[in-house]
Amino acid sequence: MIKIEEKLFQNRYRVDEGRPHIQISNPQVCADDCKTQSCTFVCPAGCYVVDEKHEVTLTTDGCLECGTCRVICSEHHNVDWSYPRGGHGILFKFG
Amino acid sequence: MAEKFDAIVVGAGPAGNAAAYTMAKAGLSVLQLERGETPGTKNVQGAILYADALERIIPDFRDDAPLERHVIEQRMWVLDEKSFIGTNYRSDAFNSDQPNRYTILRAPFDKWFSGKVKEAGALVICETTVTELIQEGKKVIGVRTDREGGDIYADVVILADGVNSLLAKKAGFHGELEAKNVALAVKEIHFLPEEVVQSRFNIKGNEGVVIEIAGAVTHGMVGTAFLYTNKESITLGIGCLLSDFKKAGIAPYTLLEELKAHPAIAPLIEGGEMKEYAAHLIPEGGYKAVPTLYGEGWMIAGDSAGLVNAVHREGSNLAMTSGRLAAETVIALKERKLACTALHLARYKTALDDSFVMKDLRKYKELPDILHGNPHFFSVYPQLLNRAAHTMLMVDGQDKHSKEKTIRGSFVQQRSLWGLVGDAYRMWRATR
Repeated sequence: MIKIEEKLFQNRYRVDEGRPHIQISNPQVCADDCKTQSCTFVCPAGCYVVDEKHEVTLTTDGCLECGTCRVICSEHHNVDWSYPRGGHGILFKFG
Repeated sequence: MAEKFDAIVVGAGPAGNAAAYTMAKAGLSVLQLERGETPGTKNVQGAILYADALERIIPDFRDDAPLERHVIEQRMWVLDEKSFIGTNYRSDAFNSDQPNRYTILRAPFDKWFSGKVKEAGALVICETTVTELIQEGKKVIGVRTDREGGDIYADVVILADGVNSLLAKKAGFHGELEAKNVALAVKEIHFLPEEVVQSRFNIKGNEGVVIEIAGAVTHGMVGTAFLYTNKESITLGIGCLLSDFKKAGIAPYTLLEELKAHPAIAPLIEGGEMKEYAAHLIPEGGYKAVPTLYGEGWMIAGDSAGLVNAVHREGSNLAMTSGRLAAETVIALKERKLACTALHLARYKTALDDSFVMKDLRKYKELPDILHGNPHFFSVYPQLLNRAAHTMLMVDGQDKHSKEKTIRGSFVQQRSLWGLVGDAYRMWRATR
């Protein structure tokens, strides 16, 4: 099992506390309607986690701002995606 | 706040910097907005810098740009589980005064480029996210930012806000990216002493090696991996089409870990200290996925316009060239005192069509469809090639004629004779 946290630990972030830049529009859609829940394995930062009740939770702290989750949610368009406020989020040292 | 600029550039990547630099150098009043803490902190690339595109903007860039290594050797590897078969091209001719390709680290490089933009006279404001375009009817007249009183106006807005291109989407200039037209790449940078990098890759001074990789590591998904040598580090990554990731149910970092553990790769990065993990989308839809490139008071350049030549792993040079051509369009209109209407900005499209940017994209316009429909190019063939090499190189008492027959048989069995002919024809059609 790969610990994605260990990878993300190497990165530099300035988290905009309490203002996540991505939100699940309607969590019910993820739990009830989405069969693939592909965000839970395709997100390269592992921000989306599914629990035993089939519910998906999102924590954006480690987000790499790639846009994957928004693009793959093409059946339900359930990801409300914007960039963090200026200066916040991932700050690549090397890029 | 009624300040008005000749042009606003959104984003400080290769496209935005090329555009802002070119316009500022020509004396236009330019505002460039960047959401990162400094230019480069939001930007991700492999990264190879193609000198030509930058030379046309800053001819003497080699004097002070933070370059890692100039590429003297290109390896192309096709991997099976335990092996690889490949080609090398190495030439001392690449050790010229004006090398053609360099490895770079985007964060320091973009910061340097932005310094040049400022020197040229543009106003560069960082830590500012543009939230939407301000429109008067159809015409873009400025941008709204996340700063208080953050409305700013200009005669033209050049969108260089990267692959996600949220602004153009919000304004309805184009739709959402399709998962089949975009690759998700993940990469890591591993630091090693300079001498170790040099000895492992048989290079001296600032010579560099790049390895482009296909085969088993992508699990049959349409995608490739790469390994680039930097001065004191190695960048390695892997990317596949997002639609394939979704279908395969594989996490991108799983592929990256497998790549790192592959017997051909592991010794090259052994002992390295991983210092950053990044992910990025690459628009790979090619010619057919390029959106409308201009309209009333706006143009779009670089990744946000989908200008990437996926076949040749080129993007930043297309970005710089499109940014420069957009800027030159504005400069030409200003000289003639013409307004930045869609009618006049059409020159940008014409200039792009006449450049290598659109010519190359047009050349490969069928390829994305062919790869989607023929996944065996990324699964069956790598395996067949590796096994063929293995069969020929194993000296085991079997005669060579029989070995050849075995190899031929394995190809025909996997793809059938017509399948092989069809594959060859399709690839020829798609790349001619």
